[in-house]
Amino acid sequence: MNAPARLAVVGFALALAGVLAAAVLDLPAAAVDLRAAVAKKLSASGVEHPVTAVLLNFRGYDTLLEVAVLLLALLGMLAVAKPEAAAPAPPAADPMLRTLSSVAVPLMILAAGYLLWAGAHRPGGAFQAGAVLAAAAVLLHLAGRLPAWASPSRVLRLGLAGGFLVFLSVAAILLAQGALLRYPPEHAGTLILLIEAGLTLSLGLILAGLFLVLARRPAPPRAGGGEEGKS
Amino acid sequence: MTPGLIYALTGVALFALGLAGVILLAQALRRILAFNLMGSGAFLVLVGLAQRDGGVDPAPHAMVLTGIVVAVASTALALALARRLAAGGHGDD
Repeated sequence: MNAPARLAVVGFALALAGVLAAAVLDLPAAAVDLRAAVAKKLSASGVEHPVTAVLLNFRGYDTLLEVAVLLLALLGMLAVAKPEAAAPAPPAADPMLRTLSSVAVPLMILAAGYLLWAGAHRPGGAFQAGAVLAAAAVLLHLAGRLPAWASPSRVLRLGLAGGFLVFLSVAAILLAQGALLRYPPEHAGTLILLIEAGLTLSLGLILAGLFLVLARRPAPPRAGGGEEGKS
Repeated sequence: MTPGLIYALTGVALFALGLAGVILLAQALRRILAFNLMGSGAFLVLVGLAQRDGGVDPAPHAMVLTGIVVAVASTALALALARRLAAGGHGDD
């Protein structure tokens, strides 16, 4: 791109920033006070934390589709990944990292369990807990204790899709009663905990998979291509 | 100027910075990073505006939580595509 074009792009971005900032400053107060609406229905949602209530009860279908998007992204990654050489044994990592992983990973699993439980009444929940589990898996991989994924086994596939399937079956069962994901108030807490427990496990696996699929070593370069990082 | 508004304006700046990056940068990895910056800017605007007048509105927070996860997924897919592109050998990357 030549200099005048670059300058034009920078000018365009600056102008856009100015317009957006003016819009943000000029924004009137929200016409609908969602805070009051959420607070009014919170007692019927089965959980005490408003964000969890919005995520898994009031707008549960957003979360359902979000998990589907995650699963699709992982499927897409597996589909575009080149058939690569069998994953070699992970390199011997430095002893500090190995020791750190044996100390930190059990604590991370404990923290994930706590976050899952805490989601009902304070910040936390399935996504945070899943992210911590995935971080534990990444740490194990970096410490040379967990190989990268070549192609997920049958059990692993079940684990990846399990959270989504639990969520989907709850939605399907509730659909028989007339509305998608409208929990009966007396069972809402139990259903949300069931969904969140399934989601924590699956999200942990999916998010770890996003890293571990990319972490595979490329096959030895063949003639005419295969250079890493040439883009 | 409330803290929420400062967050929102920072988000606007990040969004514009990311947009310029997506257009100006040539390498796929840098473009992916710039695109992520745009996403982070949008999240910051939402979170900032959700708390601009006192209490916190939980609906935008739940939306941002959803958005962050989707952004992670799309980034990973984009990286996989970029890597495949780099390893493919032909094509005009």
